[in-house]
This record gives sequence, C-alpha cells and structure tokens, in this order.
Amino acid sequence: MVDLSTRIGSLTLANPIMPASGTFSEDLSEVLDLHQLGAHVTKTITAEKRGGNPTPRVCEVRGSMLNSIGIPSKGVQHFIDNTIPFYNAYDVPLVVSISANSADEFARICEQVSVPGVAAIEVNISCPNIEEDGKAFAMRPSTTTTVMEKLRSASDLPLWAKLSPNTGETIEVAQAAEEAGADALVVANTLLSMAIDIHTRKPKLGNLMGGLSGPSLKPIALRMAYQCAKSVQIPVIGCGGISTVEDIVEYLIAGATAVQVGTATFINPNIMVTLLGQLETYLETRNIADISDLVGSVRDEDAADSVVFMETAP
Amino acid sequence: MSLIQRYNAGEVSPANGTTHEVETTVKTNTPVNGEYRLLTLDAPQSVLDCQPGQFFHILCPVTKAEQPYLRRPMSIYGYSAEKGELQFLYKVTGEGTRALATLTRGDTLNVLGPLGVGFTIQDDWQNLLLLARGVGLATLAPLAQEAQRLNRKLVAICSARNADVLMSIDHFQSLGAEVITVTDADGTSDLENLRDIIEGRIASEGVDAMYTCGSNRMLKLLQEIGAKHQIPGEIALEQQMACGLGMCQCCVRSFNRKGTITQERVCREGPVFGIEEAMAW
Repeated sequence: MVDLSTRIGSLTLANPIMPASGTFSEDLSEVLDLHQLGAHVTKTITAEKRGGNPTPRVCEVRGSMLNSIGIPSKGVQHFIDNTIPFYNAYDVPLVVSISANSADEFARICEQVSVPGVAAIEVNISCPNIEEDGKAFAMRPSTTTTVMEKLRSASDLPLWAKLSPNTGETIEVAQAAEEAGADALVVANTLLSMAIDIHTRKPKLGNLMGGLSGPSLKPIALRMAYQCAKSVQIPVIGCGGISTVEDIVEYLIAGATAVQVGTATFINPNIMVTLLGQLETYLETRNIADISDLVGSVRDEDAADSVVFMETAP
Repeated sequence: MSLIQRYNAGEVSPANGTTHEVETTVKTNTPVNGEYRLLTLDAPQSVLDCQPGQFFHILCPVTKAEQPYLRRPMSIYGYSAEKGELQFLYKVTGEGTRALATLTRGDTLNVLGPLGVGFTIQDDWQNLLLLARGVGLATLAPLAQEAQRLNRKLVAICSARNADVLMSIDHFQSLGAEVITVTDADGTSDLENLRDIIEGRIASEGVDAMYTCGSNRMLKLLQEIGAKHQIPGEIALEQQMACGLGMCQCCVRSFNRKGTITQERVCREGPVFGIEEAMAW
C-alpha cells in the first residue's frame, strides 16, 4: 500500500494531484469524479465583475497553447453564494484563487473569501494579463513583499503564492513571499508569449500577448520549482506542462510536495484521475512506500556550486 | 439554467456521465466533394444520447505532417443509437481537419461529448424552416432527423457557391424535408431572393420556427423576418474552443439580452442560442 498523502503546511491532501487554476470548474464534474482529486483549485476571481479579454482568447502553438482570457469574474458574492457550496459537497480541500489590481484591493478580497469551507487561498500575484504591459506583483521581490504582507494580515487561512516565470529574480521573489508570510509557493503561472498569423499578419490573440502553457513550459517551470525548493523552507507546489506521470515524478524529485495539472485537462479531461492511478503504480512497482521519499531527492550534489543557481547558464 | 442551479435541482450529480471521453473506431472517412469529407464512427452507446445541435470535441490524430494540439469542436452530422454510429461532416481547412482526413477504417479516434445545449422544437411548432450554407448544413442535419421523428414539416433552404458543393440534399430529402437549393453560380443565393422565398413560405404554409447557423448575413435576415412576423428562431454558433466543457472561458460571444450585452460561453450556454439575442460579428 502506497501512501499518496502529502502535507502542504497545516493542510493534508489525500494525494498530490490537483487542478491548476483556470483549467478547472464545476463543469468538469460531468466528466470526472471530483472526489478523487487532492484539492480543488478554483479559477481566479476578482472582487468586481469583469468581462475578460477580447477573443480570440486562446491559440495553439506547436504542442502547447497560449491564452489571454483576462480573468472574467462574476464577483466575490456570486462566488461565495454559488461556487463554495458546490465544492463543499465534496470532502476535498477547496483552494480559492484570487487576484486584484492593487495590494489593498487584494487584501480586501482575501478577507472576503476567508470563510468556512475554504481550506486555503491561492494568491495569483503573477497573472500576466491583468495589469498593463503584463506586469504583475511577482515580477519583483519588493512588490511581492508589499502585497504578501497585506494579504498575510488579511487572513488566517494558508496562503499559497502563485509565482510568475516572467521574472529574472525567481529566488528573490520566492524568498520575499516566504518572509512576508506565504505558507506555500505555486510554481508557476504561464509565461508571457506571442503568436502571429503570417497570412493576415495579425497577432493570434485578441489581447496581442498571452501566457504559454502546456508541455513546452515544463522545463522552465521545473527549473523554477527546483530553485524555489532549494531556497525556501515552505512547500513548493509544481505547476507547468504536466501531462504524464513522469512529469509529476520529475517535479517531486525537484522538490515539489504536490503538483497542479492544467492544460492537459483540456486535451484529456480525465487526465488527473488517470495520472493518479499511474502515480500509484509507479511508486508500487519501485517499492516507494511514501511520496515524501521522492520529494527533493534530486541528486545534484555533484554539480559545481557555481552552476546551481546560475540564472544565466548557457 | 446554470450548472449550480441544475446541480441543486438534482439534474446534475458528480461525474454523472452526461459527457464521456471515449475511443471510437473509424468505419468510413470518405470525400463528399472536393472540399468536404464524411466521417462515420463506430461509437459506444454512452455518447449516442445526443440532441440536435450538440457537438463533440475531437482529439485529432497527430501525424508526421500534422501535429494538432487542442481538441477541435465539431457539430454532429448524424447519430444513431441503433447502429452505434456517430457522423461528422467536415471541411478540410487546417491542421486538425487535415489530420482527421488521414484516418482510415479501423483507426481509433478519441471524442468527448455530447456537449452543449442543442436546438429546441416546441410542441406547437409544426412548420419548421431551416436555412444554412455550406458546412452549416451539417449542423442542421440532426434537426431534420428530429423533425421527422416528431412528425413536423420541415423545409430546408440550402445555399452554396455552386451545385458541386451543395451537400446533404439527398440526406435532407430522405428525412422527409422539402429542399430548396440556391447557389451563387445561379445567382439565386442573394439575400433578397432568400427573403422572398421565406416570406413566400410564411404566406403560404406558415412558419412556426426558423433555424440557422454560422452565417452573419443569414442571421440578420432571419432576425428581421422573425421580428416582423413574430416567429421565434434559433442559431447554432461557432467559436474557437480549448476545453469545450465551460472551464476555460475562451469561447465567449456577445449576446443582447433585453438590451444588456452579456458574454456567454458557446460551449456551455450554447452552441444554440435564440436568434433574437445573437449578435452579428
């Protein structure tokens, strides 16, 4: 018998597989038994109603996709009245993803969603679409500190900071989030990208640029998860390009204690449950009794100190 | 009704199996004309409880030449629980459909569905009129099948560039529909001629409901005629999709609901909407 349970700070998950925010909703219950997931992570909501970005909102690139959805939101009250009760019918921790345009607004919505039935709050400080020019809090340690301190004082619930790959300061941002009171890091959000139709010469997304997700993002997000796990004490949740059980194992070895599966669900809506079965088999066949035996087991001791944290390595 | 309302009403339960991801087997995949192909799949019963206007989200194969990534939404051309069959009529235009065109008998194809809200035929709608152009006829074919089952009269106005690409005429006729064909080549497909044909039907037999899909011009025409004669109508819309289930929010379109512009998901609130609320694009 394999123990798939994992701890994210004070929270124990039955297994390490959960959806990535934005690729999951109540609608998936028509295809998949939501009881089987380690946690439920909702699409990011904002305090106010938002319409979202112009279409086209997605396009595909070789083996991956770009999106610029723009966080359409029915507002926090609709969420509290409808979405939370839906998920509370399941005995699975509910993680609510929130975002806002300013640190004060962010703190306000954080307080508003700190209600019974919510197990943790994922603070989306990295969404590349929401602020002008794609800038987000998690691009710099200073803005990360500011917003995380306000969020910390607004809620007693576990706060998971979702980091951005659109930064040259991954480690500094991770440490800033930890110091300001984050309980875990979700690493990472989508990478700002672009695609142009060469026949019409128009950008393929209505918002011109958008976030890359899918298998081609994985090496980047994995590198970040590794860097974060090496440089903070709080748990790291790996997120980016996972579509096979090997991807999950790779993130665990890199130091993640759980993973989020996103874009792969668009291709195979049953994939999270499929991966869960495959992970169990993987561990059983290798006589690994507990997934914690894998977490952070990367054998990097032979690498020269100088290359480990080189962000500009060729 | 939103999912949560349906959930609370007991219509939807967790993993209730209204939608399935299944492997099907290709029976035939043959050209209908120079541009279109008809794909017939051997499909399990679980996905064959379909409504006209619903769609499937298809995982197109990856070939040496084509590597589609996301699924492709495709309206149902035909479904038969008796035969265990599912059919799609498609135009080969891009990477996904080029890959689909390579499938041969015995190949497997992963499909997700049936998805979305289909057409309605209210009990007191006896005389139905449908108007479609090109591949749009595929979307409306199951409506003809359902009209026949319900013993309703159906006239199908089929429009195309020329007679060579007029499809499904025999299919609609075999389903008991009266077919009127118009083509660009004959100079009969212009809006004014279509308007005359429809007005003529309204004056003679009467029309209780009108259905269309895909075309902006046809939408506007039916909106005008519907408003003038107080005839309800429905339109099946398309939009680029990622998940097809309502999660990703990418397939929205704008609708005019009693003066308020709202954004609705084509995959979930649609793909069929009221003609009066649809907005030209």
